[in-house]
Amino acid sequence: MDRNHPHRQLALMRQSFFDQGYLDEQFIQLEELQDDANPNFVEEVVTSYYRDSARLILNIEQALEKKPLDFNKLDGYMHQFKGSSSSIGAEKVKAECTQFREYCRAGNGEGCIRTFQQLKKEYTTLKKKLEAYFQLARQAGPSETACRPK
Amino acid sequence: MNPSNGKGPISMASSSASWRVGDGVSDQFPAGLRVLVVDDDPTCLRILEKMLRTCLYEVTKCNRAETALSLLRGNKNGFDIVISDVHMPDMDGFKLLEYIGLEMDLPVIMMSADDGKNVVMKGVTHGACDYLIKPVRIEALKNIWQHVVRKRKNEWKDFEQSGSVEEDRQQKQSDEADYSSSANEGNWKNSKKRKDDEEESEERDDSSTLKKPRVVWSVELHQQFVAAVNQLGIDKAVPKKILELMNVPGLTRENVASHLQKYRLYLRRLSGVSQHPNNLNGSFMNPQEAAFGQLSSLNGLDLQALAAAGQLPAHSLATLQAAGLGRSTPKSSIHMPLVDQRNVFSFENPKLRLGEGQQQHMPSNKQMGLLHGIPTTMEPKQLANLQHTAQSIGNINMQINSQGGQSSQNNSLLMQMAQSQSRGQILGETAGGHVPRLPSTIGQPILTPDIGPNVSARNGIPENIRSTGYNPVSQTSSLLNFPMTPTSELSVNSYPLGNTSGVSSLPSKGSFQQDINSDIKGSVGFMPSFDIFNDLHQHKSQNWELENVGMTFDASRHSNSAQGSLDLAQSVLAHQGFSSGQMTGQNRNAAAIGSTMFSSNNGTEHGNAQNVGPHLNALLIDNQIRVKTETFHDSNPANIFPEHFGQEDLMSALLKQQEGIASAEHEFDFDGYSMDNISV
Repeated sequence: MDRNHPHRQLALMRQSFFDQGYLDEQFIQLEELQDDANPNFVEEVVTSYYRDSARLILNIEQALEKKPLDFNKLDGYMHQFKGSSSSIGAEKVKAECTQFREYCRAGNGEGCIRTFQQLKKEYTTLKKKLEAYFQLARQAGPSETACRPK
Repeated sequence: MNPSNGKGPISMASSSASWRVGDGVSDQFPAGLRVLVVDDDPTCLRILEKMLRTCLYEVTKCNRAETALSLLRGNKNGFDIVISDVHMPDMDGFKLLEYIGLEMDLPVIMMSADDGKNVVMKGVTHGACDYLIKPVRIEALKNIWQHVVRKRKNEWKDFEQSGSVEEDRQQKQSDEADYSSSANEGNWKNSKKRKDDEEESEERDDSSTLKKPRVVWSVELHQQFVAAVNQLGIDKAVPKKILELMNVPGLTRENVASHLQKYRLYLRRLSGVSQHPNNLNGSFMNPQEAAFGQLSSLNGLDLQALAAAGQLPAHSLATLQAAGLGRSTPKSSIHMPLVDQRNVFSFENPKLRLGEGQQQHMPSNKQMGLLHGIPTTMEPKQLANLQHTAQSIGNINMQINSQGGQSSQNNSLLMQMAQSQSRGQILGETAGGHVPRLPSTIGQPILTPDIGPNVSARNGIPENIRSTGYNPVSQTSSLLNFPMTPTSELSVNSYPLGNTSGVSSLPSKGSFQQDINSDIKGSVGFMPSFDIFNDLHQHKSQNWELENVGMTFDASRHSNSAQGSLDLAQSVLAHQGFSSGQMTGQNRNAAAIGSTMFSSNNGTEHGNAQNVGPHLNALLIDNQIRVKTETFHDSNPANIFPEHFGQEDLMSALLKQQEGIASAEHEFDFDGYSMDNISV
């Protein structure tokens, strides 16, 4: 198979996500749900995740600006965010969420703010990667199996 | 279980004694399992839906707990299992879990990204049948059907063991019919059969539905249960002993055990409510008319809350409940005989159970809405009404309870809710014992809510009540909690309310009967502030101020009840708390009683209860209504029973009666509640 074949590129990209820890096996669960009836299921779910979590991010940001910090509220938001992120397999984002919650429980405002910055970075990075991935997938056309070399 | 699709269990279905293919278990099972998934996170919800569809389940998703509850309530047999997230903005997942468990008794699986031991433990204690950690994998969902099977299997097993119920649902129904007293048999059976048939056909239509017999916890049954628990002491109440005390044929230890678990949850919740008024009450309070669910939960909660609030000491609450139930704890045994006649269990309504189930099942025990038990017997639509009313009442109660002092609120709420109809029924039910006296109509209406089949059997009353508008009172059953198993014993005719036969001494039987048509024995559950009854009494139609259904109203058997259910209810209520003299107006009585009854629980809010107290005394005849005027606060005596009855009096009277009557009352249905029952 051509090394630059879109499907090959796609496969490599995808593999790098797992290897680098951006995505975990939950993402594979999503992929397995994709079928002929829902050929773009994964992309749709990821898109909806980013859309819905944007609001959460905003809420957290606003909450972080309040003084004093309401750790319970922050923890609540983050719990939600973590649940969402883990459902699409966003491993690094999830890890940041966990860290954030630890700081919340410890009442460490500085730690929270720092972690949140890190979280946003991971969140945005993943978003870009996935966007590129889906774009490539669209270019690559229908399922890889069709093009799999014998 | 097969990790693969859900087809595995087919063999299970056939091998399971509880199922019969003929029962509607599809060969495709578990495919087609009807799942309701609740999660506020749209991404998770979407993924879950897709996963469940892949498992070949029928999925309904909703992102709010309230929506889920109304979906469940509106479609009692529409779902097989519920999956819910723990953290949701509008309602705590555990609360939802409790509601579902109490009202619909469906298996519920909790989900959360939180895997902390405490949270998982909470799921266990609240009755979740499983707990999934997010992110959920499809493999975990493939096996959820096992919870449905297991639950049904247990229920079937219970039935089978009891020997009274055949596996076949129809048979079960027939069996239940057997329980009914001969007096009501005709009617009851007919109505029951009708209902059963209806439900049967419904169920059969849905091939993927698993038909399973379900113990219907009618008001009376619940009252018996509560009485038994109180007698044993909540700490020492073990299913085996409770079962023995209740002595209800066909009831198995498992039935009692699961019911006890729920009851404990309620109690716990109530006691926790006072500290966290927002928990239960909060959610419910707002929409008074809100979902029934709230109501029902309120009911139970209310009582609990009230108790927690200290108004009603737990123990007294229990007593009240017992009283309300119409069975005096000590006399529980006595009740039995009567009860049996009536159909102690509302097996009769297997179908009803879903919707009504809630109501039925804890007639008064569960502090859950007093009216809780009432609706069971009501016709589905009626039940709906009742439920609705009950809900509102429940809500009210809750509010009242939680608020502790909101009695006025409650009253008004209750009043709305309890729209006389339901009251009547409730009363009737509570009156159970007294019902006999009351014109058949009265008796029935009241019971209807709970009794469902029974009630209808009763006399026209149930119909009246039902049709009249059952206000969701049934839901309010929680309010009424009538101990009186609404089961139709209401048929006044048959109810020996006055019958003191056996019951004990309703000394004043005479007095009861005359004055109060509504001997409201108030088996009403202790609904702290359901004014539902109030309405009932008042004028049957209006506000059921049943404040706390807890009062066991012996549905006043008055002939006054002519008004129909209302009268009965009212009288019952009235009786309960109102001295017979006062009750002349049936309505009043019932109302009074209702109020008193209820108030006992909350003490505060239910002003009714307070009213009831004094009146009850009078009404109840000498029986000294057992109404424990637990602290009814008469906060709004006016609300509840606008009548004059002092709730407290009424309540106390009722309570006393209740206790005295206990036996006779049989909370269950007002049937033949002879005033004697009211051991005044």
